Amino acid sequence: MLHIVVCIKQVPDSREIRIDPVTNTLIRQGVPSIVNFYDLHGLEEALRIKDELGACVTVVTMGPPPAEKSLKECISLGADRAVLVTDRKFAGADTLATSYVLAKTLEKVAEEFGAIDMVFCGKQTLDGDTGQVGPGIACRLDLEQLTYVGKVIHVDPEKRRVRVERKLEDGIEVVETSFPVLITALKELNKVRRAPMPGMIRAARFKPTVWTTNDFPDIEISKIGLKGSPTIVSKTWVPEVRKVNGEKIAGVAPEQIAEQLMEKLWGSELAQKLGWA
Amino acid sequence: MSTEQNNEQMPDWSQYRGVLVFVEQRSGTAKKVSWQLLGAGKKLADKLEVPLMAFVIGDQVDHLADEAIYYGADRVFLCQGPELQDYRTRPYSRITLKLIEEHKPEICLFGATGTGRDLAGAIATHLPTGLTADTTELDVEPHPSRLLLASRPAFSEKMMATILCKQYRPQMATARAGVFQALPRDPERKGEIVLIANPTEGEQIATEVVNFIEQTGTVNLEEAEIIVSGGRGLGGIEPFRLLKELADELGGQVGASRACVDAGWIAHEHQVGQTGYTVRPKLYFAIGISGAVQHTVGMAGSDVIIAINKDENAPIFQFAHYGIVGDLFQIVPAITAEVKKRKAAKEDPTMAFKV
Repeated sequence: MLHIVVCIKQVPDSREIRIDPVTNTLIRQGVPSIVNFYDLHGLEEALRIKDELGACVTVVTMGPPPAEKSLKECISLGADRAVLVTDRKFAGADTLATSYVLAKTLEKVAEEFGAIDMVFCGKQTLDGDTGQVGPGIACRLDLEQLTYVGKVIHVDPEKRRVRVERKLEDGIEVVETSFPVLITALKELNKVRRAPMPGMIRAARFKPTVWTTNDFPDIEISKIGLKGSPTIVSKTWVPEVRKVNGEKIAGVAPEQIAEQLMEKLWGSELAQKLGWA
Repeated sequence: MSTEQNNEQMPDWSQYRGVLVFVEQRSGTAKKVSWQLLGAGKKLADKLEVPLMAFVIGDQVDHLADEAIYYGADRVFLCQGPELQDYRTRPYSRITLKLIEEHKPEICLFGATGTGRDLAGAIATHLPTGLTADTTELDVEPHPSRLLLASRPAFSEKMMATILCKQYRPQMATARAGVFQALPRDPERKGEIVLIANPTEGEQIATEVVNFIEQTGTVNLEEAEIIVSGGRGLGGIEPFRLLKELADELGGQVGASRACVDAGWIAHEHQVGQTGYTVRPKLYFAIGISGAVQHTVGMAGSDVIIAINKDENAPIFQFAHYGIVGDLFQIVPAITAEVKKRKAAKEDPTMAFKV
């Protein structure tokens, strides 16, 4: 049976984060935690393959203990197994240190639960927005790498091949590769299902497998957390934009406003530049 | 105290010199972001007093090595072969790694495109080194620190953050398309082209590109002289028709704020702002756009900005040369009609009396 691993991250819903206009700092209070939604599309695709061909779906995440909630959500949707990798020593990790820990986790998942055929990640996270962790894991585990996948066309468990559509800026690339493969998921990949009642019941009682640094005897401490992260945030600021505070054009009738506006534009140097005059 | 200072000291990176830019191409045509990156890279290289280098991988792409020189590169590495026609992670990353290991650039830049992010993500892990994604500002500290100051939007575009990589070389970044400006193309410019062998030649590669379906569409915001953009105030897909009519009448293109793209009202290729395009048209309409900073940073460089919004306190009015408070559903068609009238008058001077 196929073994599919889905990497997820619990993130603050950054769409809800506001900036304090006085102090120019982030207001994090009251911001809900969610499963990064690109990751849910990765999970959905794994579940569809499971429905069609039969597969065992393992979900993994690195995060603080409350990330258990996100793993339970994945279980309620139909994942078979969930692993939480958590340790204070992992905190402050950038994409390089994160991909190191997740690669180590996937190696251990393979050892304990069977070899991995496919890995799904979201194309990027809402909070980090980098899209670098997926390629990082693929690189460390020597997996084939298919990023920005908008459609899985065909999975052939016999030939151990998969054919997908990658969505790029200038078009769609149809590409095929061999297992083991890591795929990063776009929103277009599928529509995420709702959790069925039996799934919700199972999730309520579910306890994920929890691993800490102690469970990885050969992990190199210099490669994890803040210490293992080459990138450093040196400063943050709220960007300012040139303000012009131009003139207001007012009128009662829309036609009158439109005429005034065009009169001004036609009389300006813009009209020359655009070849109107 | 002195030990602490020693710990803070940066390793000796004197072997690493120069700025290297990835020239992304498909079927022999370079992505514009490649030339924009050479423009950005040139400033960094000049400040560091080092050469600007570029690398081109593909099949029959000699001409792109010349083009890279025209756009500012002093030295171009060229790796060609029929099996390199399409981008595939393994061969491309092997070539790039070999290049970086042999020539030791201190800075490597890639476009923040699907391909650029795919390649840069693999390479940074291999090396290993730090990689900053989606930068929109690039600068360097001069010698001796020579640090790349890679800045990017963070927290859903609400803030900017400057990222440093002190303990590893090269310093890597991907950079957004349409943000940096290319140097003017100079076909008289001279540079050196270095051919490099494909280390993966003859190898079996598991990944196979079966087909590519081009979907470029007609949107090209970066080059549009006039952009008519809509925001959340439009309330749905349908009102974009009004904007399209105005844009068509003016010979312009339709843009949008992130909210509209996130809501699925319009495709991402129309998006103006931090996660979309930075545009500098001669005329920009911001219609039903409140004027959040993540939008305004992408359009404030326009020559003339017209804002239409029903909320007179909308921040967008601070950035507009002309502000109209009112109902966009009435005002936009009125402007379209007015433009039609004036165009007709221009083509047929007798009409002018009737205007």
